[in-house]
Amino acid sequence: MAALWLTILTAGLLTFLTRLSFIALFGRWQPPDWLRQALRFVPPAVLSAIIFPEVLMRDGALAVQADNFRLVAALVAALVAWRTRNVFLTIGSGMAVLYLLQWLR
Amino acid sequence: MTMLFLLYIRYQSGKNSRITYVLAGKCSAGISLIIGRMSRKEFFAGARAELPLLLGVAPFGMIYGVLALKAGLPVSMAQAMSLVLFAGSAQFMAVQLLQNGTPLVVVVLTAFVVNLRHSLYSASVAPYVSHLPRGWKTLLAYLLTDEAYAVAISHYSEETPLEHKHWYYLGAGFTLWACWQLSTAMGIFLGVQVPSSWSLDFALALTFIALVVPVLEDKATASAALLAGAVSVFAFGLPYKLGLLLAALVGIGAGMLGEMVWRRSG
Repeated sequence: MAALWLTILTAGLLTFLTRLSFIALFGRWQPPDWLRQALRFVPPAVLSAIIFPEVLMRDGALAVQADNFRLVAALVAALVAWRTRNVFLTIGSGMAVLYLLQWLR
Repeated sequence: MTMLFLLYIRYQSGKNSRITYVLAGKCSAGISLIIGRMSRKEFFAGARAELPLLLGVAPFGMIYGVLALKAGLPVSMAQAMSLVLFAGSAQFMAVQLLQNGTPLVVVVLTAFVVNLRHSLYSASVAPYVSHLPRGWKTLLAYLLTDEAYAVAISHYSEETPLEHKHWYYLGAGFTLWACWQLSTAMGIFLGVQVPSSWSLDFALALTFIALVVPVLEDKATASAALLAGAVSVFAFGLPYKLGLLLAALVGIGAGMLGEMVWRRSG
């Protein structure tokens, strides 16, 4: 438990220092262009890196098949997210598809 | 402190409640004695400008609260994460990674990488806050989220005098902060009611889908997402879940490469 608290505090401190960085450094260093470009790709890269194994794998092995209900539900949710941009509808539709498939089986 | 609390009440209870207006009236009078009319005006203007964004933020706060609890975090820790980390995506990811048994160092590194974009906001507001004392800079840096930045920077870029604009930024940032803390608390409260038989762990993955789809705005961001996803699957067996960080790096590289190629070809 203490390790968990330390994790949260460290992550929080690093986040705060990131936010403070250039405010504190003003006039001494500006972010270079390559960094600006790279940071644009952080959210899509990290989010996908978390999503893909969650939906494409089962028990540590690749499971790209119709009886992988999480994959089907995730595809439906992605479609809903794309059309509606609504977080409740995205989660609702994904969970509904998952529960429905599990119930039908 | 009491004043802050009253402000907090005002923004949480809607504009039409008479009681909150009375409270807000008293507190405005109190504030104007201490900080002056212009500052107060700016503070409330910033708070008002932030209100529409709360519609998008509050649902995520509530969902975070519910899922953090379902992932096994104690109430105190779920709320503390909103206070200390105060960053939506990073909090969701931390919950997911903790649930997967990811080593804590990797959790910290991931949160750090995800929040690195805030350094750009920091660079962007730096010239406007450089004249402020250290305490103000510290406070404003803590409040520097995507949503507060968006509102503050549009006010800063208007060609009007700079003198009181940090109050506008504070108003926007504080409003968002209060909304995030309160919606987290509501989510935690709801999470306690949800029966443990409901398996909600998949809802986290769905939340990430809701977060990632809007940022896929061109071929470069899409290739960053696809490559990171693919590497993450094939590097899944790497020790200490280092596949995650490797995948993120490859994805970022792919995005930058894609942007160079596609920009050149027009």
